[in-house]
Amino acid sequence: MKKINLPLTDDAINELKAGDSVLISGVMITGRDAAHKRLYELIEKNEELPVNIKGEVIYYVGPAPAKPGHAVGPAGPTSSYRMDKYTPALLDRGLKGMIGKGARNQEVIDSMIKNHVVYFAAIGGAAALISKSIKKVEVLAYEDLGTEAIYQFEVEDFPAIVAIDAQGNSVLAK
Amino acid sequence: MEIRKINSSVITDTVKKLFMDMNYFIGEDILTALKNAEETEISPTGKSVLAQLIENHKIAAEEEVPICQDTGMAVLFVEYGDKVVIENGSFEEAVQEGIRRAYIDGYLRKSVVTDPVFDRVNTKDNTPAIIYTSIVPGDKIKILAGCKGFGSENMSSIKMLTPSAGIEGVKKFILDTVKYAGPNPCPPVVVGVGIGGTFEKAAMLAKKATLRPIDTKNPNERYAALEEELLTEINKMGFGPAGLGGINTAIGVNIETFPTHIAGMPVAVNICCHAARHKETEI
Repeated sequence: MKKINLPLTDDAINELKAGDSVLISGVMITGRDAAHKRLYELIEKNEELPVNIKGEVIYYVGPAPAKPGHAVGPAGPTSSYRMDKYTPALLDRGLKGMIGKGARNQEVIDSMIKNHVVYFAAIGGAAALISKSIKKVEVLAYEDLGTEAIYQFEVEDFPAIVAIDAQGNSVLAK
Repeated sequence: MEIRKINSSVITDTVKKLFMDMNYFIGEDILTALKNAEETEISPTGKSVLAQLIENHKIAAEEEVPICQDTGMAVLFVEYGDKVVIENGSFEEAVQEGIRRAYIDGYLRKSVVTDPVFDRVNTKDNTPAIIYTSIVPGDKIKILAGCKGFGSENMSSIKMLTPSAGIEGVKKFILDTVKYAGPNPCPPVVVGVGIGGTFEKAAMLAKKATLRPIDTKNPNERYAALEEELLTEINKMGFGPAGLGGINTAIGVNIETFPTHIAGMPVAVNICCHAARHKETEI
C-alpha cells in the first residue's frame, strides 16, 4: 500500500502505476455531472473558474447528508464516464488527478497522457467505509447544487487504486 | 370480507421505515452472496474489494447510515387489497410523504430532479417515488420496494426481439448488455431480466426481478436453469469486483416472464449494483 500526499507532484505521478493500491492524504476538490457542465461552459467562454483546479485532484462524488456529529455522509465514487465529455478541457487547465469508478474513453486517456494526469478508482458502493477517511468538508462553489456542489475534502488515508496511470496503462478489466 | 379502514399515517410510517431500513441494512441474500464471493475470488484485488464491501455493510448497519451515497430513486410494487379504504388522505400522497420523511429524517441523499431535460432542479425530498399498483382481492396492502441507484440503472437496456431470435437471441442480448456495462455498474451486479409482455411490461418485470432475493430461483425449471447458466457465463467475463478483474462479476441473475404477442419476444435487462437494496412488507 503506497501512501501519497496531495497536491500531487509530477514526480509522485511518475511513481504511480496502474494497479497500485494507495492511501491518499491531503486536500482534494469534488465535482460531478452538474458542476462539470458549469465549469466546462466557463472554459468554453474562456472565463475564470470559481475554483482553482490547477494541480488539484477531483473526486467524482455526491455525498449523502451528514448525520449530526459526522463530518460527511456516506461518500463513494460515482461513474466517471459521465464526466468524459468535459474532462479533456479540465486537464488542459491543469487538473492533475481524478477519482471515480469505472471506465474512461480514449479521448480522456489521450488527454491524461498529454497532460501527465492519473486516474484513481475508489470502490463504488463502499460509501460508509470511504467516508471514514474524510475529515473535513467545506463548500467551495455552486452551493445551489446541493450534493452536486463543489466541495473541498480534507482526507486522511483515503483508499483508492491507480486505475489508469499517466502513461495510459489501465487496470480496468475490458 | 369486511371493508378495512387504514389511516394514511400508517402507510406513511411504514414506507418511511421501509426505505430507511433498506438503505442502512443490506439483505441477508446479498451479504451471504458477497461473503461467498470473497471466499471464491481468485484475484487478490477482487478479494480485497469484497472484504471492504462487507466491512462497509457492517459500518452502515452499526451507524445507521446509508450503505451507498446513491440512495436511489424509490420504486414500489404495491398489491392493494380491494377491501382497503384509506382514511385521512390518499394512498398515493401517504406513500410520497413516507418517502419524503425517510429521505429527510433518515439522512438519505435527495437525487431526484423535476424536469428531466430542461430544468433538472432537485425536488429536495426525493419525491416522486414510482409506484406500480395492482388491485388484488383481500384487505391487505403488500409492498415490494427498492431504491434504485443510477450508476447501474444507466447500464440497463431493452430490446424488442422477435420469435425467430429464440433462446440464443435472448442469451446474447442479456450477455451483451452486461458486457457493455463492464466495470461501470459497481460489480458484482444483480441482473434483473424481464421477458415477454409488451415493451413496458418487460421493463417492469426486469425491475421486479432485481427486487427478488437472489437466493431464490424462478419457479419454472427451464428459467431457473437459464438463470444459472447466465450467471456462470457472466462470471467468465472477468470484470470482477469493482471492475478491477476477477471471477465475481455478478452475484445473481433473476428472470421474470409474462405471456407475450405471437409476433414478439421483448427482453429487458435491468442491472443493479452489488448494493441491491430491496425490502418487502405487508400492512
